[in-house]
Amino acid sequence: MLGYIVRRLLWIIPVLFVVSLITFGMMHAAPGGPFSKEKPLTKHAVELLNKRYHLDDPIPIQYLKWAGAMVTGDLGPSYRYPERSVNDIVGDGIGTTFHLGIMAFLLSVIVGVPLGVIAALRHNGIPDYVATFISVIGIATPSFVASILLLVFFSVGLRWLPTHGWDGWAKPTAMIMPTVALALFPIANIARFTRASMLEVTRKDYIRTAQSKGLKERTIVTVHMIRNALIPVVTILGPILAFLITGSFIIETIFSVPGIGRFYVQSIGQRDYGVIMAMTMLYAAAIAVLNLVVDVLYAYIDPRIRYS
Amino acid sequence: MANRTAALEGGAAARRSSSLWGDAWRRLIRNRLAVLGGILVLTFLTLALIGPLIAPYYYGQQHLEALKANNYRPIPPFSPGFLLGSDDLGRDLLSRLLDGAQISMTVAFVVQAVVLLIGLPVGAAAAWYGGRVDTYLMRFTDVVYAFPDLLFIILLSVSLAATPIGEAMNGVLLVFIAIGLTSWVGMARLVRGQLLSLKEQEFVEAARAIGVSDFRIVTRHLLPNAMGPMIVAVTLGIPGAILAEATLAFIGIGAQAPRASWGKLIADGQQYVRSEPHLVVFPALAVAIALVSFTFLGDGLRDALDPKLKGKQ
Repeated sequence: MLGYIVRRLLWIIPVLFVVSLITFGMMHAAPGGPFSKEKPLTKHAVELLNKRYHLDDPIPIQYLKWAGAMVTGDLGPSYRYPERSVNDIVGDGIGTTFHLGIMAFLLSVIVGVPLGVIAALRHNGIPDYVATFISVIGIATPSFVASILLLVFFSVGLRWLPTHGWDGWAKPTAMIMPTVALALFPIANIARFTRASMLEVTRKDYIRTAQSKGLKERTIVTVHMIRNALIPVVTILGPILAFLITGSFIIETIFSVPGIGRFYVQSIGQRDYGVIMAMTMLYAAAIAVLNLVVDVLYAYIDPRIRYS
Repeated sequence: MANRTAALEGGAAARRSSSLWGDAWRRLIRNRLAVLGGILVLTFLTLALIGPLIAPYYYGQQHLEALKANNYRPIPPFSPGFLLGSDDLGRDLLSRLLDGAQISMTVAFVVQAVVLLIGLPVGAAAAWYGGRVDTYLMRFTDVVYAFPDLLFIILLSVSLAATPIGEAMNGVLLVFIAIGLTSWVGMARLVRGQLLSLKEQEFVEAARAIGVSDFRIVTRHLLPNAMGPMIVAVTLGIPGAILAEATLAFIGIGAQAPRASWGKLIADGQQYVRSEPHLVVFPALAVAIALVSFTFLGDGLRDALDPKLKGKQ
């Protein structure tokens, strides 16, 4: 198992290499550059800027320079914010983005899994309908719509929660709406997946065996049903965590959360090459590691699956 | 005794004639939520197809006279000539919602077609052949998977915006393809995961023992048993695709003016949400109903298509 994990970790390096190549290529294929702005600079100024940032080098040379610096931990300059390096921009916001993502993830697991389990155990009963109703709301409401509605109700109407001003645990009230808006969809997703998986397991022969040998209902549910039902659920947790961390930029924009997500779309529009590359690599690395964690967990909870 | 035998034979005959799909259909139409979802899906599809014919106006047409009569405020819903009102530029909201339906229904099917076309063979091959094939295919999916979806879609739409494919359908087609190219990995991993545990089971061993070909085992024995989760994944994937398109449109990527993606309508209406809530509420409702109806239909299909349910309620 350890050998497997090490090999998979080493595999992440070529994966990131390919991702960086594709992104670099696509980025430079996009027309325009960081200095073609609304206020056009003189041709000479653009030339000087390009020279200063080595943007007049051939693309492969630029890539090698970028990759060389990146390996040493230098993500290069930001063309949009010349006073800050990409390291500063990423370093300032990454903690907040992860904080928000992980909070939303925990909320969606803590609410979603029990919701799905209860719905399946009381199949076609009132708890099932209540859980289904909650999932339906979560599925039907995109995070940006949920954000708008939450803001209108709880900030503008009831004035209970602040519209912005995320400050981590120093101001917990400002964390509620971004977290809930972000978690709403994953809650529904996890609950539905858990429910489907539980219902599948309920019909297995080993459950009948467990029942016929007179095991306590509690033991059957916790040891035999939930444990087996969660195996497929684990496979969607990785993508969900990745979705929450990389997909929070709309929430970050709406609630003015000082994470890195807001730079996400902006940097592409502004051709801020350093920021685009840094964001892509960071997210890609996070996703690759989460993917590995899921596979390891998968083998851990399902002894039928063996990696060699 | 003779009667009994006849009855038994009759029963056996009836069981033989109940095919998987016939049973599934019967189970499906007994499920009220699934029927509701199916009807709504068909309604959306019809509206998307005939939308331009039944729309009161062209979706980009500005009714400046009517707007002026309303002091240049968005026309409220249920006004004469404007059933759902208009936006701040005097464009009929109903006509715009119908155009949005066309975009959303197209995205639903284009994306899922791409997902199945790539994800199914990749996942099945990886699970069945295992070993090196599995390693290479999964490393390939790792690369695609490691790409942050939205970043990839945005980059792709920016880089290819000036090409013919980028300009097709006012910039919408490129977004569809980009969403599909980033979405198939989940399907591949799901199919692989399902088949990995299925292929260890006795019926597969039995099929192999009597010399059934690999292709037949995968398509006739493994995939049908993995159908439930796959159908859940596809149908959950349709709302996912609709949602992705709406989200991108909300931040201004994809459908360009005057096309009216639901996400774009919500983004445009956002600034009026307190005074003219209909500009957000109607498109949000359209998104919500579309997402829910596909979900209900998918749930129903899941319950109906699972052969292991056969004979049970």
